[in-house]
Amino acid sequence: MEFFDKIIELIVAAPGIIFTELSTRPVFWLLSMMMLVSGFLVVTLKNIFHSAIYLILCLFSVAGLFILLQAEFLAAAQVLIYVGAVAILMIFAIMLSTNVSGNKRMTTQNGLPVSIISAVFALGTISFIIMTKLNVVIKNPEGVITKGLWIGSKGELPLDNIMLIGKYIMTEYMLPFEVVSVLLLASMIGAIALARKERS
Amino acid sequence: MVAYLSVAAVLFSLGLFGVLTRRNIIGILMSLELMFNAVNINLVAFNKFVWPGELTGQLFSLFIIVVAAAEAVVGLAIVLLLYRNWQDITNDNINVLKW
Repeated sequence: MEFFDKIIELIVAAPGIIFTELSTRPVFWLLSMMMLVSGFLVVTLKNIFHSAIYLILCLFSVAGLFILLQAEFLAAAQVLIYVGAVAILMIFAIMLSTNVSGNKRMTTQNGLPVSIISAVFALGTISFIIMTKLNVVIKNPEGVITKGLWIGSKGELPLDNIMLIGKYIMTEYMLPFEVVSVLLLASMIGAIALARKERS
Repeated sequence: MVAYLSVAAVLFSLGLFGVLTRRNIIGILMSLELMFNAVNINLVAFNKFVWPGELTGQLFSLFIIVVAAAEAVVGLAIVLLLYRNWQDITNDNINVLKW
């Protein structure tokens, strides 16, 4: 009997054990390597169409990272909006405006050394901030004061955070939500007005 | 946490590099999307590891995604307009803005 109790206990605790830091680490490295390699190919490939395809792969990996960070709704929105809409729009624009198969209009690099220097400088600055400003004193919502939280804290979001997002959007963040809707409408009308053929 | 931040930093730098080196405007827009994604990863990671009680970071990155989509729509419409007028969308020929 005790044996069965142990087994049941283990089964109940299984999701927590599977979703620990240790077991998600290989998934994290796989996803981030995929993201970085495809991102590198996005910015370096000569053929702009190929880089659009790799952009889709990169955005998918970012969605996977969102799932690892317990932001499931955001991952779904990422796949729907970025992969489903923005990337397809990019491919449409490329195919409408560029001669993809011929090599004539392929992009070449310009200002390569300056760009490398500034990108490395930005990376160095951000890494310096990440590496040095780790010891921050902050108060949790419960009033618990933690120190050096960037390394040690194991954040656990509430499991129903999709529901919470809906609640926040409809209550506290109502105004930004409506503003964003108006912005989307305005950009839609603007895009139609810009891309329409002039009728003279 | 530090791993997520570092990966996002590398992705941001890649996007910056792409914005500076691409000559095609659509390439610049794609690199901009990379930078937006790096920022989103940062926000969600901060939300999970620093302030897990509220979902401010997730909501903020949701709004960022929507605004980036709007920006991409308008940018691509401008690209199509440029192509229709000049048959060229590389940025070294677009220097007609006067001041």
